[in-house]
Amino acid sequence: MLTQINLRYLKVIIFTLSLVPIFFIIYQIITNQLGPEPIKDITHHTGKWTLYFIVITLAMTPLKKITKSNIWINYRRMFGLFVFFYASVHLMTYVGLDYRFDLESIGDDIIKKKYIFIGFSAWLLLIPLAVTSNKRMMKILKEKWKKLHRLIYLISLFGAIHYLWLVKKDLTEPLIFLTIILILLAFRFRFKSNYFN
Amino acid sequence: MKKFNYSEITPEKIYKKRRYFIKSFGCGLGSLSLGSLSLINNAFANVDKNQPTSFKNITTYNNYYEFGTNKNDPHLKSQSFKTKPWTIKIEGEIEKPLELSIEEILSSFASEERVLKLRCVEGWSMIIPWMGFSLNKIINKIKLKSNAKFVEFETIYDPEQMIGQRRPILNWPYKEGLRIDEAMHPLTTVVTGLYGKSLPNQNGAPLRIFVPWKYGFKSAKAIVKIKFVKDIPNTAWMNASPREYGFYSNVNPNVNHPRWSQASERPISDNIFSPRIKTLMFNGYGDEVSNLYSGMDLKKYF
Repeated sequence: MLTQINLRYLKVIIFTLSLVPIFFIIYQIITNQLGPEPIKDITHHTGKWTLYFIVITLAMTPLKKITKSNIWINYRRMFGLFVFFYASVHLMTYVGLDYRFDLESIGDDIIKKKYIFIGFSAWLLLIPLAVTSNKRMMKILKEKWKKLHRLIYLISLFGAIHYLWLVKKDLTEPLIFLTIILILLAFRFRFKSNYFN
Repeated sequence: MKKFNYSEITPEKIYKKRRYFIKSFGCGLGSLSLGSLSLINNAFANVDKNQPTSFKNITTYNNYYEFGTNKNDPHLKSQSFKTKPWTIKIEGEIEKPLELSIEEILSSFASEERVLKLRCVEGWSMIIPWMGFSLNKIINKIKLKSNAKFVEFETIYDPEQMIGQRRPILNWPYKEGLRIDEAMHPLTTVVTGLYGKSLPNQNGAPLRIFVPWKYGFKSAKAIVKIKFVKDIPNTAWMNASPREYGFYSNVNPNVNHPRWSQASERPISDNIFSPRIKTLMFNGYGDEVSNLYSGMDLKKYF
C-alpha cells in the first residue's frame, strides 16, 4: 500500500509530468523547431492537451469505481485545473499571438464561426469551476458544488464538438475523442442508475 | 496590393542569410518582457512583406491530398513519383484533340519567373517565385468550338504511386476548372518550376496550373488532361462540400468560410512573431482581374 508520504511524492511527480507538454512547446519555440505555421502548431498542441486532460479528469471517477480505490480522487482536481490551464494557454495563443488582441476580429470570429463560439463558451464555463475548486468554496457551496461541477460534462462535449467542427475533411481523430468522452459520460449514468436500483 | 516584380526578388542565398539573422535575433527577443511586444511587432512587420517564402517552406508545407492529408505528407511521400514519361491530353469541345508530351510543352513555351501570391482557403499565404507561362499561349494554338465555355483540369489518377488516392477522401481524380475567359487571363499560369528550378513533385510536377486570385485548391497539380466543356465542371472540392467551396472561389475577404477567417491571413513563416495581414479582394490582383466579374454578385457566386 502507498503511504501518505509516497502519495505526496506521487502528486508532485504527476504535477511535473502534467507540465511537460507546455515545456515541450516552449522548448520547440526557443529552438525554432516549429514548422512553417508555428502559431498553428502552438494552438493545436495546447488544444489537444486540453482535450487529453479533459479525458484524464473524466476518467478518475470511473477508475475509482472500477478499482474500488479512492486514490484517483486525490488527483481529479489537479487534472481539472490543468484543463483550465491548457485551455487558457490555447485561448491566449489565439487571442494574443494569432490575432494580437484585435478584439474586433476576434468578436467577429466568435459570432460567425460556430467552432470558435462553442470553444469560447467551453472556456467561459471552465471559469466558475476553476474559481470554486478550492476546499473553502467546496464548504461554502455544499451540495451546490457537486451540481456546479457537473458542468464539466457539458464542457467536455463542447470541447469534442469544437474539435469536430474545425476539421476540414478527415474526421477520424475528433470522432475518437468524442467517442471516448461519450463512454466516460455513459459511465456516470450507469452508476447512477445502479445506485437507484 | 503591390505587384511583385522580378527585381524585387532577393536571391535565395542572400534571402536565407537574412532569415538566419532574423531567427537568431528573434530568439533573443523572445526572452524580453511582454511589454516590448509591440516593439517586436513593428520590428518584424517591416521584414517579411513581399519577400518570397523560403524554398524550404514552399516545398515542405503543401496541401496535396493525393499524397496524404498532412502538410508534410506531399514532400515525404512524393519523392519517388514518376513524372517521365508524361503526356497531357487536350480534348473536349475543340476542333482537333491532341496529346502533348511534357518535353514538347517545355520546349514550345518559354517559362519566365513569376512571383505570385498563393492564398490558401485555410487562411495562410505564401509568396512563390514560380516558373511558368500564361495558359492562353496554349489555348491560342487550339481551335475552340463555339460551345466551349469552361475548361477542366484533371490530375493524374495513380493510387499505386499516390497513396492518398487509396482512400476516398475526395472524388478522385482531382478535377478543377475555370471559365474560358478566366483561363485566357494572362495571370492564369502554367507552372513548370519554382525558385529557378524544375517543379518539385510535392508542388505538382511536372506541370500544374496556378490562378493567383483564387484560393489555392483551384490550382490543380500534376495535370494529365485539359478538357474544354460546355457546362460548369463538377470540381473536387465543390463536390465534397458545395456549401463551403464554390466554383469561382475567388479570394474574397467578404465571404466567410465556416471555419477559416477569410478577412485576414497568416503569411507562412517560421517566425512566431510574423504578423497576420489583411486579405485583399482577389488576393490583391483586383486591378488585373476584377473586370472578369463585373456585374456579378460575388457573394452569390462565391
